[in-house]
Amino acid sequence: MKLSRVSRQFGGLRAVDDVNLEIEPGEIVGLIGPNGAGKTTLINVITGVHPANSGEIELDGQRITKMKPHEVANIGCSRTFQIVQPFPNMTVLENVSAGALFAAGAKNIRESREQAMEHLEFVGLADEAEKSATALPLAGRKRLELAKSLAMKPRLLMLDEVNAGLNSTEIDGALKLIQAISDRGITLILIEHLMKVVMSMSSRIVVLHHGKLIANGTPAEVIEDQSVIEAYLGRRFAEKMAKEKNGQMT
Amino acid sequence: MLYLQILLNGLLLGGLYALIAVGFSLVWGVLNVINILHGTFIVLGSYIAYFAHLYFGIHPFASVIISGSVLFCLGYVIQAGIINRVVAAPVLMTLTLTFGLDLLLNNAMLIAFTADYRKLILTDSLGSYDLWGLILPLNRVAGVGLAALLTFGLYRLLRDSNIGRAIVAVRMDREAATLMGVRVNRINAVTFALGALMAGAAGSIFSIIYPISPINSGLFLGKAFVICILGGLGSVPGAMIGGIALGVIESYGALFFGPEHSTTLAFVILIALLIFRPTGIMGRKGYE
Amino acid sequence: MKKIAIFVAIVALLALPYFGNNYIVRLATVMMMYSVLALSWNFIGGMAGYPSFATAAFFGIGAYVGAILQANGIFFGAAWFAAGLIALIFAAIMGRAILHLRGHYFAIASLVMVEVLREVVNTNDQITGGGMGMNIPILKISVEASGMLFYYSMFVVALLTLATASWVYHSKLGFGFRCIQQNEAAANMLGVDSTKYKTIAFSLSAVFVGMAGAIYASWVNYIEPPDVFDIFLTIKPVVMVLLGGMGTVFGPIIGAVAFLALEEIVWRNFLTIHSAVLGLLIVLLVLFLPKGALFFDYRQFFRGRKK
Repeated sequence: MKLSRVSRQFGGLRAVDDVNLEIEPGEIVGLIGPNGAGKTTLINVITGVHPANSGEIELDGQRITKMKPHEVANIGCSRTFQIVQPFPNMTVLENVSAGALFAAGAKNIRESREQAMEHLEFVGLADEAEKSATALPLAGRKRLELAKSLAMKPRLLMLDEVNAGLNSTEIDGALKLIQAISDRGITLILIEHLMKVVMSMSSRIVVLHHGKLIANGTPAEVIEDQSVIEAYLGRRFAEKMAKEKNGQMT
Repeated sequence: MLYLQILLNGLLLGGLYALIAVGFSLVWGVLNVINILHGTFIVLGSYIAYFAHLYFGIHPFASVIISGSVLFCLGYVIQAGIINRVVAAPVLMTLTLTFGLDLLLNNAMLIAFTADYRKLILTDSLGSYDLWGLILPLNRVAGVGLAALLTFGLYRLLRDSNIGRAIVAVRMDREAATLMGVRVNRINAVTFALGALMAGAAGSIFSIIYPISPINSGLFLGKAFVICILGGLGSVPGAMIGGIALGVIESYGALFFGPEHSTTLAFVILIALLIFRPTGIMGRKGYE
Repeated sequence: MKKIAIFVAIVALLALPYFGNNYIVRLATVMMMYSVLALSWNFIGGMAGYPSFATAAFFGIGAYVGAILQANGIFFGAAWFAAGLIALIFAAIMGRAILHLRGHYFAIASLVMVEVLREVVNTNDQITGGGMGMNIPILKISVEASGMLFYYSMFVVALLTLATASWVYHSKLGFGFRCIQQNEAAANMLGVDSTKYKTIAFSLSAVFVGMAGAIYASWVNYIEPPDVFDIFLTIKPVVMVLLGGMGTVFGPIIGAVAFLALEEIVWRNFLTIHSAVLGLLIVLLVLFLPKGALFFDYRQFFRGRKK
C-alpha cells in the first residue's frame, strides 16, 4: 500500500497532514502516536469513512482514494474498531458470516456460515458461535472483531487497539493470534498504546504527531528518534534527556 | 411599495412562525423527540384564549398566561408520565407514540369543540396604521411584539437560569449531564412542558389572527417542521431565523405563484434542504 | 407444519368469496390491502430500520397512475401493473435523494413527500381532476363478479408481496438489510453497499403498495387527493408491523389482521372516537409491547418443528 501526501481536514483542524507512507506486503507496521495524533483518522481516511481531502492512496497499484467504505472492504482492506461494534441482535456466527458474505464473495448464506465457522475456530470462538454477540465478554468481542475482519479475506488488515482493556493473559492470547494472522501473509497495521506490544510485534514503526508523520523506521531506530521522544514526553524533558546522554558520553 | 408591503407582511408572519417553532425545536433538539402533538397544543391554546375571552372577557394577550400555564402542566404530565418511558427508544417509537397521543388529544378536542371554525373577534380592535404608505395591522404587530418577547424570555431562561443550563447540558451530552447530577427525567419533563407552554402561548396570540379549529393542528405542525429544518435544531435563534425566513418566503411565494401554492412551496424547500443541506441554512450540525 | 398452515390458509382464502357475503368479501379485500401495506413497509422500516412515512405517497401515486391510465382506455390489469412500476421508479429516485438522512430527518422527508404529492395532484387539475377528484371507469360486470375480481387481485398482490418478503428475508439482500438496521457504519465496513441496499428496500416498500393503490382506485371507482394521500395510510402499516413484530416475514400479516379486526370493532361501535381509539392503541402498543409479538410467539411456534 502506498500513501502519497494524504491530508484530511475537519474544519480548521488538519487531522491527517501530508502523510507519505509505503507498506510492503506481509509487513507488520506499528502505528503509534500520542492521543489525538490522528491514528484512527488515518485508518478512517484509508477505509473511505472520511475520504482524504488531498493526496492519493493506492493498494497494490489500484487507486482507492475516492472509494466508499464498502468498496474498500471489497478489495481486501479491512479494519477492526477501537470500540467493538458487533451487530447486537445477531449471533456470533451471523456476525462473522456477514463479513464472508459481503466482502469475501461467499456465494450464498450457507457458504458464508461455513467460512465463518472456520474463522471462529481460528480465533477460538467456535463454542460461542450460537450465542448473541452482546453476550460475549470484552476479550471475546475483540476476538469476534478479528474473526469478522478475517472473514472478509483481507490483504491488508488494520487493527485499532485490539488489546485495549484486556488483561495480560488475554493480551498474550491476542498477540499469538496476531502473529498467526501475519503468518497467513496478511499485511498488518497495528495501532497500539502498549509500547511493549508494538516493539515486539512490528517489523517497522510509524509515528504520527498532530497528524504529521514524524518518524518511520525499525523499532530500535524509532525509540532513539529525538522528535518521537519530544512528541511523547514534551520538549523540555527530551532536551534534558539529550543533555544527560551527552553528559554521559563526554 | 408592493414588495415592501409584502416584506413587512412576511416579517410579521415570520415573527409568529418563530413562536410556533421555538418550542418544537427545543423538544426536538433536547429530547430527540419529534412532538407531533405540537400543532394540537397550539390549537388548544387558541381555544383557551377563545373561551377566556368569551366568558370572562380576557384579552387574548393576557390569556397567554393562562394557556401557557395550562399547557405547561399538560406537557409536564405527558412527558413525565408517558414519553419518558420510551424517550431513549428509536426514532420510530417516539414519533409513533406522539402521533398516537396526538390522535387522542385531537379527537378529544373535536368532540369537545367540534370541527367548526370559530373566530375570536376583539371588541376593541386596534385597527391599522398607515406608515408612509405601508399598512401596519396593529393587532398583528402587537401579537408579533408579544411573540418576540416570549421568545426572548425563553432564550434568557435557557441561558441564564439554573434549569436552563441543565436543559442545555442535557442537549449537549445526556450521559455527562447524568453523571454531573442532573436529574435527566425531570429535565426532560420541564423541557417538554416549556415546549408546550410556548405552543399554548402561540395559540393565544394566534386566536385573534387565525380561525380556530382542531383541523388546523396539522398546518401548524407542518410549519414547525419546515422552520426547524430551515433554521437548524435546538436553538432559539435558529428557530427565529427559520421562522422569519419561512414567513418571507411564503409571502413572496404567494405573490408569485398564488396563495394556494405557498404551503407546497414551503414543503418543496424543506425537501430540497433536507436533500442538499440537512444541517439547515445556519449550517449548525443537526442532532441526528 | 409451516407449509401445511400456509397451504390451508391459501385454500381457505381462495374459497372465501363462495361462502362469504358481500360484507365479508369487502372486509377480506381490505385485509389483503392492509397486508400489502404492512409487508411492504416492513422492508424499509422493519428489516432495514429506516422509519419511512412514505407509504401513503406510494399508495397515492399508484391510485392516480392507475386511474389516469384507465381513464385513457388502458386495460385495468396493465394499468395496475404500470402503477406499481411508476411507484417503484419514484421510490428509487427519491430514495437516492433522501436515504442519506438518518432518524428524524429521514422520517420527516418521507412524510413531507406525501404532503407535496397531495398538493401537486390537487393543483394539476387538468390531469388529475384536482380537488374535485377523479372517476375511474366502472367495469361492465356484476357487483358480485367485480367484488370477487378485486378481492382476488388484492389477494394475488398480497401473495406476491409475501413471497418477496420471504425470499428477501432468507437471502443475502435481507441479511444486508438487517446489518444496516443494526449498525450501518459497521455494515459498510463489512462491504455492504448500504446506499444500494437502502434504495432497494425503499423501492420494495413502494412497488406493491403502488399496485394496491391502483386496485383500490378501480375498486372504489372514485378517488380524491386527501383520500389516497391520507396520512393514516402511512401510520397504519407502522402500527400493524409493530403489532405483529418488526423485521419478520409473517409478523406484518398477523399485525394487519389483528389491526383490521380492532378497526372494524371500533368503527362499528365508536365511530366518532375511532381516531382516539387508534391513538390509544398506538400509545399502549409503544409503551407495553415495543417488541411486537402479538398474543404468542408464532416464530417459536413455526421454528419449533423445523429443528
